[in-house]
Amino acid sequence: MSTDAIAMPSTAIAPRPIVATLHEWVTTVDHKRLGILYIIYALAFLLIAGVEAMIIRIQLIRPHNNFVSPQEFNRLFTMHGTTMIFFVIMPFMFGFANYLIPLMIGARDMAFPRLNAFSFWMTAFGGLLLYFSVVGANGLYGAGNAPDVGWFAYAPLTSQTFSVGHSTDFWILALLISGFGSIGTAINIIATVLCMRCPGMTLATMPLFAWLNLIMADLVILAVSPLTAAQIMLLIDRYLGGHFFDTQAGGSAVIWMHFFWVFGHPEVYILVLPAFAFASEIIPVFSRKPIFGYSVMVGATIAIGFISMSVWAHHMFTVGMSSAANNFFVISTMAIAVPTGIKIFNWLATMWGGKIEFKTPMLFCIAFLFQFLIAGLTGIMQGAAPFDWHLGNSYFVVAHFHYVIVGGILFCLFGAFYYWFPKMSGKMYSETLGKLHFWIFIIGFHLTFDFMHIPGLLGMPRRIYTYEPGRGWDTWNFIVTIGVFFQAAGILVFLGNLIWSYFRGKAAGSDPWDAWTLEWSTNSPPPAYNFASIPVVKSRRPLWDLKHPNDPDWNYE
Amino acid sequence: MNATSMTMTEARLEWNPSDRGRVAMLCLIAAEAAIFTIFVVAYVFYLGKSLTGPLPKDVLSVPIVYTICLLSSSLTIHFAAKSLRRGEIKSFGVLWLATITLGAAFLYGTGIEWYRMIYKEGFTISTNLFGTTYYSLVGLHAFHVVVGLLSLSIVMVFTLLGRVRAEHAERIDVLSLYWHFVDAVWIVVFTVVYVIGR
Ligand code: HEM
Ligand SMILES: [Cu+2]
Repeated sequence: MSTDAIAMPSTAIAPRPIVATLHEWVTTVDHKRLGILYIIYALAFLLIAGVEAMIIRIQLIRPHNNFVSPQEFNRLFTMHGTTMIFFVIMPFMFGFANYLIPLMIGARDMAFPRLNAFSFWMTAFGGLLLYFSVVGANGLYGAGNAPDVGWFAYAPLTSQTFSVGHSTDFWILALLISGFGSIGTAINIIATVLCMRCPGMTLATMPLFAWLNLIMADLVILAVSPLTAAQIMLLIDRYLGGHFFDTQAGGSAVIWMHFFWVFGHPEVYILVLPAFAFASEIIPVFSRKPIFGYSVMVGATIAIGFISMSVWAHHMFTVGMSSAANNFFVISTMAIAVPTGIKIFNWLATMWGGKIEFKTPMLFCIAFLFQFLIAGLTGIMQGAAPFDWHLGNSYFVVAHFHYVIVGGILFCLFGAFYYWFPKMSGKMYSETLGKLHFWIFIIGFHLTFDFMHIPGLLGMPRRIYTYEPGRGWDTWNFIVTIGVFFQAAGILVFLGNLIWSYFRGKAAGSDPWDAWTLEWSTNSPPPAYNFASIPVVKSRRPLWDLKHPNDPDWNYE
Repeated sequence: MNATSMTMTEARLEWNPSDRGRVAMLCLIAAEAAIFTIFVVAYVFYLGKSLTGPLPKDVLSVPIVYTICLLSSSLTIHFAAKSLRRGEIKSFGVLWLATITLGAAFLYGTGIEWYRMIYKEGFTISTNLFGTTYYSLVGLHAFHVVVGLLSLSIVMVFTLLGRVRAEHAERIDVLSLYWHFVDAVWIVVFTVVYVIGR
């Protein structure tokens, strides 16, 4: 037996020069540091893309507004969407996965630490390249700067004819390069979960967090690769005179849509599965009950993984597909709601009869449950092809996916931040500020995204830079924009809380939540080697077993 | 609140480091397979959709000999890995060199075919849809052959320096997985381009 807390000689150490510290962070291959780098990187882009969203909404606050030009508006929504998906949510998720998976499965690092660092820097480089377009693309041709083709960049808008200059190339390369990073991380996660688990931890007893991220990584491999292929084709078209998406030479614009959405729909599950992973760890701990239906949760996750590969063309109902194709994609879209619904019931059943503690992480997860349910319901509305012919390309779609991505994924992310902040920093966050953040943000969220459905139903198209007064859209747009300011205030409280707590927070101790997974068995923050001795586990809640030797979980599993 | 960290029962690490290499290579192969799938789908989708000539049957000649070269390199690499596991470094080196030679011969075959088409027939990637899809698909595969040959050559250099020993057999196995994949992709490309598409 040995203890993790090794007594250090108490000689005062001189402060290290900042360059040395910086050098250490840049050259690190430690999964915890890389995780934190991912998270900080994503936070920076969250602020940038958030400001872009605010400018978009200010432009739309009233009809005939002139806050930004139409050209500027196109660039803003393109950069906002691309950044939020590829350089905010994905790096957040990879960051938490990197930090937590080795700790949760009792390993000392990821399977390939150097591949891990490589992947992070590829992702980072991709994001920087995207924003370098603001100066780079302009300087070279004098035609346009930031990309303005929308986050799904439909052909033929991306051809040399319609996208002169290099802005679109920056978009392509940014996604291509960060895509390599994502694939590298996915490979790493799979190898880690499959090969690095501590003795006694089987696939059937590892935390759901590991399961959900395993399936997420599978989806990255199967979905990001087609995007990579499509981007290569687009580059061939733009630079070598190819005709893949060139309708003048017999090429097809619709096949780009297929290639993009073959990536695009699984991508939304890549974003949401890690959010499910957070909820599956947080809800049981604050309900003081083990997760309800572990194996059903795993099964539902695998089902989601498979079905999500076969629903992509529900983004293309308005293109005019054959009725056979419409039928197929309507049915598969309805089918995916089933495993997703099963998960919601499992989380509810976990809370049912539990001793619920309404700490900040739990508040965010409860809000997630309600909001994700509503977002799934609007998803089903759009999944019915005839209804989608009315809703397609309207603000209703925008409301739907923000309901999922903000109301579902971002809420879970905030919950994860509060839940694991004590582990990562060693400090307790301020519960008061956390609750303040929650309430301000949830008000802002509902003001913005509840009311955004209505102009969509009334026929307001997405991506218009302004609109005529008197169509019944004015009031709704006004309310929607007001909500944005609440959300921004919430984010500021959140950042303030993180910074304040990091410097002033109380010491958190290794296990502030009385939780059950292995990351809480080591110090906060964990030492570079994670565990002084590799743990051995016998059940899904190793720390429960440790704390209750008379009533261990493995008697029941 | 429990301020000191808890102690877990002590144990030895039990995973096998070589497993993660294999798992990672299989994942990489899955990702690559997805990329190739998209290119193959594009090729098949655009068959016969070119608005101008030439047609596949006007310019393509079936590279039977070079295909045999590439496919037999799968055999040589298999036996090379087997020799290494038995510790027969000499025969490993010979078979490994044979693999590289066969791969290089295949690449040479692609090279002269492209030379003929581009310089003699004036058929390029921008000529028509067929050119676009043909050069991208075959080129993507050739690119993978190049990457494979580079990795094989690095191992060859180490072999000549006397650094490769029987305990490296697992790593060689992982690398040969990649090479088998490159060969398998060629079977698909060959079928699609030279059998169905012609
Ligand atoms: C799991 C979380 C989900 C996320 C992150 C998500 C995200 C998105 C995004 C980003 C779009 C818009 C893409 C665009 O046009 O720019 C979208 C559209 C759509 N979503 Fe979801 N979604 C989720 C769940 C669902 C569910 C459960 C369903 C149905 C059962 C669904 C059905 C649809 C449909 C049919 C559209 C296309 C609407 C149209 O373009 O007309 N979604 N979703
Ligand atoms: Cu979708």
